[in-house]
Amino acid sequence: MKRLLSRGTLAPWLATIALFVFWEAVVRLFGIAEFILPTPTATFAALFEFWGPIWHNAFQTLFTTMVGFAIAVVFGLVLGVAVGASALLYQSIYPLLIGFNSIPKVAVVPILVLWFGIGTVPAIITAFLISFFPIVVNVATGIATLEPEMQDVLRSLGARRIDILRKVGVPRSMPYFFASLKISITLAFVGSVISETVAANSGIGHLMLQASSSFRVPLVFAGLLVIAFLGIVMYAVAALAERRLTGWATRGQDGAVYATGG
Amino acid sequence: MEGRLPDEPAFVDITDVSLAYGGDDHQTLALENASMAIGRGEFVAVVGPSGCGKSSLLKLVSGLHPASAGSVRVGGDPVGGPLKIVGMAFQNPIMLPWRTTLQNVLLPLEIVEPHRSVYRRRKKEFREKADSLLETVGLQGFGDRFPWQLSGGMQQRASLCRALIHEPDLLLLDEPFAALDAFTREELWDVLQDLWMRNGFTVVLVTHDLREAVYLADRVDVVSNRPGRVIFSRDVTLPRPRRLDNTYDADFVELVHELRDHISKARQAP
Ligand SMILES: Nc1ncnc2c1ncn2[C@@H]1O[C@H](COP(=O)(O)OP(=O)(O)OP(=O)(O)O)[C@@H](O)[C@H]1O
Ligand SMILES: [Mg+2]
Repeated sequence: MKRLLSRGTLAPWLATIALFVFWEAVVRLFGIAEFILPTPTATFAALFEFWGPIWHNAFQTLFTTMVGFAIAVVFGLVLGVAVGASALLYQSIYPLLIGFNSIPKVAVVPILVLWFGIGTVPAIITAFLISFFPIVVNVATGIATLEPEMQDVLRSLGARRIDILRKVGVPRSMPYFFASLKISITLAFVGSVISETVAANSGIGHLMLQASSSFRVPLVFAGLLVIAFLGIVMYAVAALAERRLTGWATRGQDGAVYATGG
Repeated sequence: MEGRLPDEPAFVDITDVSLAYGGDDHQTLALENASMAIGRGEFVAVVGPSGCGKSSLLKLVSGLHPASAGSVRVGGDPVGGPLKIVGMAFQNPIMLPWRTTLQNVLLPLEIVEPHRSVYRRRKKEFREKADSLLETVGLQGFGDRFPWQLSGGMQQRASLCRALIHEPDLLLLDEPFAALDAFTREELWDVLQDLWMRNGFTVVLVTHDLREAVYLADRVDVVSNRPGRVIFSRDVTLPRPRRLDNTYDADFVELVHELRDHISKARQAP
């Protein structure tokens, strides 16, 4: 058991190291030029060399992502509960949501720039726009698929609809909600970086754009690594919250709750 | 509590009720022209073959499901939706998995008035009450466990507590002891009988166990094969409190046999 556990925690590290080794080997073996694909060593070197600006811009990206994500969580929860609780709302809004989610968010950024100018606000809004959809879909699904038997337990007590929603609808949708957070947080990163790449003065996306226009490709890759790292950390936070708060859904085991939509 | 006087209006009055499930093309007629009258404070057991519409009957009385035809009245008023005076134990325990057993038992007090408005203030008292109820059904110490950490029979006992906690006027029990071993079941017969004799609520108990029906009820109604309707009704006038020794008495055994004959008839003809 103990061996299995340590193997379980070691595995992702080993896989990561293996990827870097493979990457390094391929670049050296085929003699790929640095401005096309730098080696991991060069990338890490750039990471340390430009630590100051990277840290500064990463913080900016983290900030816009978290603000956009927070808005998405609140908005997604409210809309998800409403859509899940009302069949009429479900029927009327759902197609709209699908349509909206199909729009590539890169296409929206120029419009946002037109409205809000270049900077933090478009990045926050893009992060929000791209990440709220999975939350809405999951929460709505959790509530709409509430077992009639469970509703009957409350109905037999003369409970009002709002009571049923509060006492069983919302608690039951929480595993769905937390599952969607894991998808949503990584999408929020995608959103803010997209926006920064197109229209911003700071942020990792902006840094990467500048680095690539001056052919400092290792720095571009260093930026990618930082984004990936931040994404993993935020995912882990969401996963931890999920395990802590909805352990009942997996009956106390650390099994995964799978997300729908996204 | 000795059974209903003939001219007293029935507390639960079901007249010529039919209940059909499903749409126009795929109908299941669960009940047809069923009638039943239950006096206030009466303890009625309903027995009948599987699938004959006993659970449906309880849903009808509780207002969870509307009748397709006929009238259902409780306390003199037509039932138009879920009633507030009902405590119901479903055939499956249906506990809320995110709540502990104790929190599950407390649920009705969070919903039903007048408990609801004083819930916060009297929470401690309510918890003690729930604890002592859990103890009477042999679940002391399990209040903090989640329902999925309990066995099927334990969950059923907890759901019985949930049906009782708000002291409803009308208790609807759908095979509440079906998942229990014989000893625990017989213990709970006495628990239920004592509670009923003390508090005088009205009980409709659906069961497959004829001994259970005769032991607990003032009257046993036999329901026919689907579509269900009451085809035989037997008053049980054995003195109370009934004790387990009485189940070996000649008149008790005779009653059980008589009901058994009627059940086997019910199984053959609708
Ligand atoms: N929700 C439903 N939709 C369609 N048909 C149903 C539904 N619930 C019950 N029925 C049908 O109604 C009939 C009566 O069901 P009910 O659950 O009342 O039987 P029961 O007497 O409680 O049986 P058992 O003793 O096995 O619990 C059955 O034939 C069943 O198929
Ligand atoms: Mg049934």
